[in-house]
Amino acid sequence: MTNTLDMTQTELRDINSTLQAAAKAQANAEYIITNPRGSHAMACGLDGPLDVTIQGSTGYYCAGMNKEATVTVKGSAGPGVAENMMSGTVTIEGDASQYAGATGHGGLLNIKGNASSRCGISMKGIDIVVHGNIGHMSAFMAQKGNLVVLGNAGDALGDSLYEARLFVRGTVKSLGADCIEKEMRPEHIEILKELLEKAGADAKPEEFKRYGSARKLYNFNIDHADEY
Amino acid sequence: MEKTPQTEPRQSWTFSKDVNAEIRRAAATGIYDIRGGGAKRRVPHFDDLLFMGASMSRYPLEGYREKCDTSVTLGTRFAKKPIELKIPVTIAGMSFGSLSGPAKEALGRGATLAGTSTTTGDGGMTEEERGHSEKLVYQYLPSRYGMNPDDLRRADAIEIVVGQGAKPGGGGMLLGQKITERVAGMRDLPVGIDQRSACRHPDWTGPDDLEIKILEIREITNWEKPIYIKIGGARPYYDTALAVKSGADVVVLDGMQGGTAATQDVFIEHVGQPTLACIRPAVQALQDLGMHRKVQLVVSGGIRTGADVAKALALGADAVSIGTAALIALGDNDPKWESEYQKLGTTTGAYDDWHEGRDPAGITTQDPELMKRLDPVAAGRRLQNYLNVLTLECQTLARACGHNHVHNLEPEDLCALTMEAAAMAQVPLAGTNWYPGKPGF
Repeated sequence: MTNTLDMTQTELRDINSTLQAAAKAQANAEYIITNPRGSHAMACGLDGPLDVTIQGSTGYYCAGMNKEATVTVKGSAGPGVAENMMSGTVTIEGDASQYAGATGHGGLLNIKGNASSRCGISMKGIDIVVHGNIGHMSAFMAQKGNLVVLGNAGDALGDSLYEARLFVRGTVKSLGADCIEKEMRPEHIEILKELLEKAGADAKPEEFKRYGSARKLYNFNIDHADEY
Repeated sequence: MEKTPQTEPRQSWTFSKDVNAEIRRAAATGIYDIRGGGAKRRVPHFDDLLFMGASMSRYPLEGYREKCDTSVTLGTRFAKKPIELKIPVTIAGMSFGSLSGPAKEALGRGATLAGTSTTTGDGGMTEEERGHSEKLVYQYLPSRYGMNPDDLRRADAIEIVVGQGAKPGGGGMLLGQKITERVAGMRDLPVGIDQRSACRHPDWTGPDDLEIKILEIREITNWEKPIYIKIGGARPYYDTALAVKSGADVVVLDGMQGGTAATQDVFIEHVGQPTLACIRPAVQALQDLGMHRKVQLVVSGGIRTGADVAKALALGADAVSIGTAALIALGDNDPKWESEYQKLGTTTGAYDDWHEGRDPAGITTQDPELMKRLDPVAAGRRLQNYLNVLTLECQTLARACGHNHVHNLEPEDLCALTMEAAAMAQVPLAGTNWYPGKPGF
């Protein structure tokens, strides 16, 4: 059975507590949220298997810290969508604003449109697939996980990158400090193939380039000070 | 032949031995000095204030008989479950990684025995700390190392760190030698690399954004947890006002004597304001917004004695927080390790290379052999004793001023020994009814 919650009739606190309780109940329930009107912090802190569809665009921090739940936004998402996500799947049918997937530890963030600046900033294990383009300073200080971009990347991609893998099909305006193009080995093709399939992306792994850390900034070295 | 009188060799005040040594060190290495701790320079501090005590115009309380309450409640503005503390002294945030596991355990034990809270740090929440801390404040830092919703929910309060007194506007660096497998695992980074702690949060940029971030955290934690905002002593009036605007339950204000695990010396000594200078502007901001005592103010940075605690409270704080003093109570910089400090090129009381992980006292290290030197039970007991002394001293001074609760201490109980302290604390210079900047003069 699908439950419907209307944000013109129900307060954010009540909607989130309903969803959080349903997730915790481990009942695989389905919820539709109507009239989100750009509300902030929607469907955040879900901790269990739950299917939530938001019929419209959301504000800041939608699906923040998600665990296990599947959240779909039938519109665009404001800043920090799926921030610090732990697991589960968050899908944005439209575009995503700044800091999409920031500090995420796990799960899949699937953005069907474009993502703005700092997409995947400080990501710690999340997989992010962006079907369009991404803005500047994306994957800044990214630690773990995979960022896949079917379109183009803006300035300073992967600045001060750690061990996250970046796959870009289009052009990269510029690479950030310590980020370099790397060889696409068979294991990377496999990772990419799987992610593209999961995200429903119409692209071939061989069309992408891989970027990663040169690891020159891992331990402070005065000779590299001008890199910053 | 009589010797011609000569001038004494005269050292330059500008180019002192310390300064020259640093110039030579910089010339040899090409890198700035990194160290732990807070500002070491002399700045106006609580020592420059005195309590006037009771006399004809004030009625004192009997020191050993009449009650003087020390309890404090933090987080009364929005949180469903404010934190109740027995004493107005908390333990400041210090990271696992920077500190050893036994040191974090000792902090939790000591704080719990004394009836107060302790605080996590960059690097996440450890079982040692959660298990031994009855009240634990979970820091929400720019790096978000180890951040997860489960730990958010099992915290008793959440402290969003915007800045700290040792380095307002600066991040941190945990050097590779302290990045063991466990520390690296908690931070999702490789073993042995330098771990940068960012200077600003990754997903909000100002108070308007922060207000929404706080909404999100409250939604995730069912509006139960008090939300603190920690700020460095930079622009205390406006920073406090904006923290209140953002929705803070508690403002934690850390002056420049507040410690850090590792930062450039030039940052520690040259950025930020002394703790004493920060309190009155912050209190003024709260009063202007009608929020004094509704949003609690916790002051930190150089708190050492019960007199410091009482003076901070008299200036308007609700509680204080200690970091460096707590480490000394555990055993940091203890003279019994003098020979080992000398091997490291330093001496007791001056050891501040906490980032190097070679602490003889076993506190600021991840070396398994050095860590064994700290018995968390005994160290926790020492911390409890020290916290008790701070509280007794604070009570003694409050009673002498005629107050039955330490929160009833007020600026009128104080005078200042120096013009600078009078101006910063906005209390009269001793022997006068005037302080610099006082309206009407």
